[in-house]
Amino acid sequence: MRNITLSQAVNEALAEEMRRDPKVFIIGEDVAEAGTPFKVLSGLVEEFGTDRVIDTPIAEPGFMGMAVGAAMTGARPVVDLMFGDFIFLIMDQLCNQAAKTHYMSGGKLTVPLVLRTNLGATRRSAAQHSQSLQALVAHIPGLKVAMPSSAYEAKGLMKTAIRDNNPVVIFEDKLMYQDKAPVPEEEYLIPFGEANVKREGSDITLIATSSMVQVAEKAAETLATEGISAEVIDPRTIVPLDEKTLLDSVRKTSRAIVIDEGHQSYGVTAEIASRLNEKAFYHLDAPVLRMGAMDVPVPFSPALEDITVPTPERVVENARKLCAGELIHAA
Amino acid sequence: MPKAKTNTEDYLRMYRQMVRIRAFEDNANQLYLSAKMPGLTHMYSGEEAVAVGICEALTDDDRITSTHRGHGHCVAKGAEFKEMFCELLGKAEGYCRGKGGSMHIADQSHGNLGANAIVGGSMGIATGSALRAKLQGSDDVTVCFFGDGATAQGLMYEVMNMAALWNLPVIYACENNGYSEYTKTEEIAAGSITARAEAFGIEAHQVDGQDVLAVNDLTQKLVARARKGEGPFFMELMTYRYHGHHVGDINREYYRSKDEEKDWKENRDPIIRLRSFLVSEGIATEDEIEAMNAEIEKDAAEAVAYAEAAAYPPVNEVDMHVYAD
Repeated sequence: MRNITLSQAVNEALAEEMRRDPKVFIIGEDVAEAGTPFKVLSGLVEEFGTDRVIDTPIAEPGFMGMAVGAAMTGARPVVDLMFGDFIFLIMDQLCNQAAKTHYMSGGKLTVPLVLRTNLGATRRSAAQHSQSLQALVAHIPGLKVAMPSSAYEAKGLMKTAIRDNNPVVIFEDKLMYQDKAPVPEEEYLIPFGEANVKREGSDITLIATSSMVQVAEKAAETLATEGISAEVIDPRTIVPLDEKTLLDSVRKTSRAIVIDEGHQSYGVTAEIASRLNEKAFYHLDAPVLRMGAMDVPVPFSPALEDITVPTPERVVENARKLCAGELIHAA
Repeated sequence: MPKAKTNTEDYLRMYRQMVRIRAFEDNANQLYLSAKMPGLTHMYSGEEAVAVGICEALTDDDRITSTHRGHGHCVAKGAEFKEMFCELLGKAEGYCRGKGGSMHIADQSHGNLGANAIVGGSMGIATGSALRAKLQGSDDVTVCFFGDGATAQGLMYEVMNMAALWNLPVIYACENNGYSEYTKTEEIAAGSITARAEAFGIEAHQVDGQDVLAVNDLTQKLVARARKGEGPFFMELMTYRYHGHHVGDINREYYRSKDEEKDWKENRDPIIRLRSFLVSEGIATEDEIEAMNAEIEKDAAEAVAYAEAAAYPPVNEVDMHVYAD
């Protein structure tokens, strides 16, 4: 198996699906010749032309709304939203239109579209280009939410998303675009709602999404040297959520930390922790701990920004305390 | 009124469709007043010539997007009374199995992509439908209905810009009924509405929205040109809503006078105007028209009775259709 970057994996997934299905097209800002600021889409316009890799004006609600209409009438658009922070601009089209159309029409209309965007701080981009807003869309029934944690997941989840008949939002970690991982040459898809047990363990479960999977894996390595066996699970999609794999693990380890780069309050970590408390309460030896980003706008200064997101060191520290039976109060 | 008499069947169908809309709305209003309908609804009465004049220029393959004031568009695009009244009453046999209600009726079989309860919310959808037609080499046209109030939304300018850049087969149909909810249009719209479309290089027309033949004549020409790739186009249709913003908006003299309403109803009613034309041109007699009106009233009454007796959706449908398979 060859190693390719997350960026190449996304590019391959799109190219393969566009070759397979002429209804698939890409729409967004600077997606064609520019290939996006992150160069994820480089080369696609040369193969598929400007009719299928469509550069738009800077008008996020406009092109998002148009993708909804195209999807409702038989196309399969992949919308490129340059930064996850811009989700606030398209909320009506995504949440009031795309998410609800199938339900409001009694199942008659479908909106098969993919919204590709990103998350992640520590890129020194300050408060409006660094947010991780997956909880906002995961809250809205009718949307599916995928959070790839490596090039392998990025490709397999993207291909599944394009073939799904619902609006799917994919958050890529913009710091991981150049990270390489083994990706098969042959075609594969990753089904939604199937968590991946990245590392088996018996003392504590670290449930981590997207960028935080690497953080959890590093923490697990350190914990192993201290004799604490941590299981690391990547849900891969938070909607639908593979509750069973998470619950099976927590029933086995009896302790859990949930790690996600979105703000901690009312976030993805809160939702998963609640489900574990409700459904595995008698198996727990300690409260399920949430570790999200601090509840502050992302600051610009590196001295401040780096302390707003979970780090392997802080995961290790919290895991130690949980395993030692210390009562943990959330920060 | 134009003098053209090329197709009397067309004229009679347009009359019939306008009367069907009026009958539908009269019954919907009664359902509200008698507390038989859940929620509120927004009446299209008075604006019938707009929906009918436009939809009669379209085929089932052409798409429309509709608004919160959308019953007229739905009827004009070919929907049936029974499924519509069932939807208004939240019954299982409604167009959306009771999940959409008055503000979300969609009738895909006739190309109605649905009413939209966000003012201006469907402008992206309509323009995207037109983008899909262009990308897939299809010659269907999409009409985007919206009111004067929606012209204050930014989305409209974003999508008109792209429609003009890419020559999309979309027609923006602005139903200017003089009021943006409870506020006069002149208080919410600066400058000229058609000039806003013209700023993008979009050919814009203002037309008497109470004259169904004028609306139809213009729409036919624009649809034919849009099919050939000459779109987009913009129409401002000057019309009037007989009821308040919604059925519960009854005491409304603080924003418009009863004299004004009376003047539009008595002197500019689109149904009365076409009826006079049909009689004076010898296309139909008064007796034939009365018979048609009576038949439509009977159809509407039967559909209401059917919907009242129809079953609600079973409770296990509440979490059905959240996601498509």
